[in-house]
Amino acid sequence: MKDVKGRKMDTLSFEEAFERLEASITALQDGKMPLDQALQYYQEGMQLAQYCNGLLQKAELSVQQLSVDTGNDTLSVLPLDL
Amino acid sequence: MQFLDSFGVPSAISVSVLSLYLKELLETNDILQNVWVHGEVSNCKTYPSGHCYFTLKEGDAQLSCVFFKHARQRTSAPELRNGIALAVNGRVSFYERDGKMQLYVESVMLLGEGALFRRFEQLKASLEAEGLFDVERKRPLPPAPSVIGIVTSSQAAALRDMLRVLRSRYPLARVILSPALVQGAEAPASIANALDLLNEHGEADVVIVGRGGGSIEELWAFNEEIVARAIARSRIPIISGVGHETDFTIADFVADYRASTPTAAATAAVPDINDWRNDILAKQQQLAVLIQDRLSDLKERLERAEYDLQRVSPQKIVIQRRLQLDDYTERLQTNMQHIISLQAERLRGVALQLHSLSPLLTIARGYAVVRRDVDQKVITSVQQIQPGERLTIQVQDGHIPAQVQPT
Repeated sequence: MKDVKGRKMDTLSFEEAFERLEASITALQDGKMPLDQALQYYQEGMQLAQYCNGLLQKAELSVQQLSVDTGNDTLSVLPLDL
Repeated sequence: MQFLDSFGVPSAISVSVLSLYLKELLETNDILQNVWVHGEVSNCKTYPSGHCYFTLKEGDAQLSCVFFKHARQRTSAPELRNGIALAVNGRVSFYERDGKMQLYVESVMLLGEGALFRRFEQLKASLEAEGLFDVERKRPLPPAPSVIGIVTSSQAAALRDMLRVLRSRYPLARVILSPALVQGAEAPASIANALDLLNEHGEADVVIVGRGGGSIEELWAFNEEIVARAIARSRIPIISGVGHETDFTIADFVADYRASTPTAAATAAVPDINDWRNDILAKQQQLAVLIQDRLSDLKERLERAEYDLQRVSPQKIVIQRRLQLDDYTERLQTNMQHIISLQAERLRGVALQLHSLSPLLTIARGYAVVRRDVDQKVITSVQQIQPGERLTIQVQDGHIPAQVQPT
């Protein structure tokens, strides 16, 4: 996976990736940017869009249940199977 | 409502047509076909037929109600009398004969001598006075919560409904169920505790509290003060989703957002990723358009630059100069030829003149040139020759050897 400004793309959350996608568009709107840089932003933006789509594609709602451990009075979450 | 005839003149419709229209309007409305209404009974009359007619009053409003015998028997309804507080369930329609709207009662619930109802009204009034329902207290819901707390029974169909909605709309989220009893005597404390636990745990960004539809009594836990207080002190924004569209509970008034049902609550809690998919697609298109624009702009500028460059190119000057040079060369050649032929003409003239002066012509006329043999000098005087000297006489067609007479 390609680096996006110093971070591997696959470590980004959906929101972070989408924000960067929006940032690429804002950057591209600057007509004075050198072409090679603009192409880089374009490529990065397209990859981010693909990555975001991928995240949505494979997202699966995780369901947990809050439980109180009466022994030491602490809270924990356990997977909930319905 | 006004009908026009074919000449555009208002024409009246009959009362029965209007009545029918009103009846249809009311009977095709889902909410009006299954509604709970509460108020105080007055003008109550039960006829020998077994049908019961009464008016439900509340504040300055009143509603005519009909409770037919079969419905009374089916629900083993209590005897109704004036002054009691009642919640009635039924459908609203229009009774043409009396020209009035009325409620056809299917079941009734006594609010005691208005006991439950009065408690509801009292608690509502006191919490409202305290400011717990104030709009300024309502917190905005997070636009995209990553963790959603749910307070409901783990057995309830409502939970399954909510999870189904969350799965389809926003599977990026994590759900933490804080299970609670949602009906019965222990329900209020259980719901309050479940809310507190979610706050203590602290990971949820938004909490849905609710249960599916039921009777007023089944929903009553959500009218208890302890639940209202737990909602009010929650640091996490709360969405209430209790019962059906028409059910309003104290919890609804305190919550940051009131949804009409558990399903609606789940819908309100999260964005829809299908919208996001469209957003992403739109962003991709925007990126493509931007880079296309950029490239075609550059291409256009490049073409313009090429054109400009060609206009100022030294190549053009070179071509111009070359043409000029060719022109000069040609003119030079033409002039030169002219001069040469002029000179040739002159030369011919001179040659002719020269020819006419040539001594050969003189010789041809009979003169001769005499040279002495010793040195080939032309003899022009007798002083030049000695007797016996050899001479050569040149005539037109040759040379004659000769000798001076010895003396």
